[in-house]
Amino acid sequence: MRYKAEIIAGLVIAVFVAIFIFTNSAIQQGLSEGEESWAGADAQAEEFISESGYEPWFSPLWEPPSGEIESLFFSLQAAIGALIIGYFFGYYGAQRKKGTN
Amino acid sequence: MHIMEGFLPSPWWQFWWLVSLPFLAFGLHQMKAIVRERREALPLLAVAGAFVFVLSSLKLPSVTGSCSHPTGTGLSAVLFGGFVTSVLALIVLLYQALLLAHGGITTMGANVFSMGIAGPLVAWALYRAGKQVNLNTFINVFIAAFAADLFTYVVTSFQLALAFPAAEGGIISSFAAFIAIFALTQVPLAVVEGVIVALTFKYIIDVRPDILVKLDVLTQNMVNRLKEAAV
Repeated sequence: MRYKAEIIAGLVIAVFVAIFIFTNSAIQQGLSEGEESWAGADAQAEEFISESGYEPWFSPLWEPPSGEIESLFFSLQAAIGALIIGYFFGYYGAQRKKGTN
Repeated sequence: MHIMEGFLPSPWWQFWWLVSLPFLAFGLHQMKAIVRERREALPLLAVAGAFVFVLSSLKLPSVTGSCSHPTGTGLSAVLFGGFVTSVLALIVLLYQALLLAHGGITTMGANVFSMGIAGPLVAWALYRAGKQVNLNTFINVFIAAFAADLFTYVVTSFQLALAFPAAEGGIISSFAAFIAIFALTQVPLAVVEGVIVALTFKYIIDVRPDILVKLDVLTQNMVNRLKEAAV
């Protein structure tokens, strides 16, 4: 079948989203006011290590001043990657078309 | 999710830098060889690097109620092996450490080792083994990418456990604690990553199977069979 891989990928992602919706509703109910869920796994590790009294001995040279700025750089990272992937697949695709015509 | 800046005490951060440096040096050497002798593979190298960029920028929610991000190193590991992948991982880790305060300069040696070396080497070995026994190419790529992702976080947990052994139970007990935080979260993300990498691999076979043959990722026979199956 021609689109077998696409269908499988679509199904896996759909299941992934369904699991999120399901667990999210359970988690949101258990939260007290002002509490936030879905933090990063590294924040959890940080908490775990800090409990033992460890103080990080070096801090980042520069930190994004707000969550918005941070998401700007995360989006920029994804955009740079997506641009390169799209460019070369487009290039290859057009090359192949030209070759077969 | 990488080890945070300043969260590896001496001597561990120096240790992991020292371990990673030879891999990076050999990776750069191999990359130069590609630039010189296999210019037709350069766009694929760019795509593999860009793939790490995109996937490691996506923080996804997982079953454990926390978020983590895939590594995206599986594609590069299958195409170019573990050494070249370590250089690509270094670029991404630099970007994230300098602009996002995600990961860090002092912990980068450890993070390059887990994400750029250990995970990709396992993925590469699994892919080669699967190729030997004629495993279906897409399943093979899926397993490799899944392993690259998951094993990265197993190694991260191990690195943290070595640096922070629990007062009771020592390294093993803190390893279990870090595995619960990192690896468990990662399992569903690794499945998604594996599927996406396998799909991308299909598109590469569609457009430029000749490069895959030249890189010794697939044999001409395998390409012919895959082309027949796709019709």
